[in-house]
Amino acid sequence: MAVGELSFELGKGEVLALIGPNGAGKTTVFNCLSGFLPPDEGEIYLEDRQLGGLPPFLICQMGMARTFQIVKPFLTISVLDNVMVGALAREKSTATARNKSLEIIDFAGLSAWTYKEAQGLPLPLRKRLELARALATRPKVLLLDEVMAGLNPTEVDELIALLKEVNRQGVSIFLIEHVMRGVMALSKRVVVINYGVKIAEGSPEEVVKDKQVIEAYLGKEFLSAQGS
Amino acid sequence: MKRLYLLLAAVFIILMLLPLFLDNYALGIFIMIFFWAYVGQSWNVLTGYTGHISLGHALYLGIGAYATTYLAQTFGLTPWIGMFLGGFIAVAIALFLGFLGFRFGLRGVYFVIMTIAFAEITRLVVSHIEALGSFTGIFLDFNPSFYNFQFRGNIPYYYIALGFVVASLIAVRILEVSKAGRFIVAIREDEEAAQALGVNTFKYNMIAIAISAFMTSLAGAFYANYIFYLHPNSLFGMSMSIELILRPIIGGLGTLFGPVIGSIILTPLSEISRAYFAKGGLEGLHLILYGVVAILVVLFMPKGIIVYVKRLLEPILKLSRDK
Repeated sequence: MAVGELSFELGKGEVLALIGPNGAGKTTVFNCLSGFLPPDEGEIYLEDRQLGGLPPFLICQMGMARTFQIVKPFLTISVLDNVMVGALAREKSTATARNKSLEIIDFAGLSAWTYKEAQGLPLPLRKRLELARALATRPKVLLLDEVMAGLNPTEVDELIALLKEVNRQGVSIFLIEHVMRGVMALSKRVVVINYGVKIAEGSPEEVVKDKQVIEAYLGKEFLSAQGS
Repeated sequence: MKRLYLLLAAVFIILMLLPLFLDNYALGIFIMIFFWAYVGQSWNVLTGYTGHISLGHALYLGIGAYATTYLAQTFGLTPWIGMFLGGFIAVAIALFLGFLGFRFGLRGVYFVIMTIAFAEITRLVVSHIEALGSFTGIFLDFNPSFYNFQFRGNIPYYYIALGFVVASLIAVRILEVSKAGRFIVAIREDEEAAQALGVNTFKYNMIAIAISAFMTSLAGAFYANYIFYLHPNSLFGMSMSIELILRPIIGGLGTLFGPVIGSIILTPLSEISRAYFAKGGLEGLHLILYGVVAILVVLFMPKGIIVYVKRLLEPILKLSRDK
């Protein structure tokens, strides 16, 4: 069992981060939430609807979209066509979906790549495409699996600004992130898990002072970086 | 795009007029070009667009041919209607196969093996059904009339086969730009990502396999009334399943014109070399030629000849300007 007892709540319009050392079960939590790995026990609610056991496509249609840690662009089709797949989850007509997609591509800063095949995108832009596609499904909740991994500090800052704007427009965000800079900037509340069990919850500032967390996750390197 | 449509219109007009200038033998080659382009396109809908490899598409071709012929011989039903009934049988079988494959997550080689198994089982079953001619096959009587889908000379077949190709191009183009078509391509590129974006992959896989099977089986009706002889080994056999996938692979998988381009190149080569080698007592040598062409294309043009055709026509069509 990768994830045991774990319970948490994401408020409307909130940004919640899930952190924990490698192998703690973060992605497993995401897979449960998004329907790729139906939970053996427990319940998942989006507003007042039970999602546990539903297939991924229904969970997405109900308003919870995810990105993948290892990005999964549709390689041989254009960025626009990629985003349109997401948009068509909501839109009946391809013309409307196309317009919506163009807006989102612009919002995500991918305009220059609109008609290019996704396989031409470098990793930072693939991460943006992953985000743009998920946004195109017009989610209430966005699950972001390490969207900042592999980005340089400037790119991280750009992405933070982008995600803040997404959140400002009313999308709740639940993110797995190792880039602490991103966690600190975005989320007011953090859940820490280790070996599939919650070991701490609170504001980023509180959590990083928690003994158990420091021990399990941040380790000595963080302590020395803090100068203590 | 406008220039592409103009070019296609010009080609269509030339093809409409061509029978005025060609003899029966040359028309026969064109009929086979159209036939294999159409069948290749039908297979392309499943394998080219969704990425699920079927090596048993002979199954649907055979069902179309046998159903049409059986209905015509037993009930006197015109093949024009019989082919659609055959199509529904093919769809039913394809949906069953698809259900097993897509519902239970059979992917890759396992899916391929299942498609082969379905075709082989059908071949063996048909080989033992007396009413379907068992292992000696069925000879069709020649009663030329429009009602019977049988004609003297190649000209009517030529126009019917051309009609098949044009209809399939239009149908697949409509599919390509539709919501379903976009979802189907997304499935090919990454099935999990498609699911995460709200695509009911099971449903769209089933739609793709149903369309593909239906289209393929219609070609069976044409085959029966053009060749006049149905044999379970040649219709349901592995060699048929391979024959019908070569053209889209060589032309360009998952592209609208790939199967047509593949057929324009491979079919005359096959027809002419078959006749040539057979004269020298070397029947079957044309298959080696196939193999060589297929290997060369896969090695040097993994995306198919269409890439080069596009590049060649770019100065005339200016397709890239559209964006």
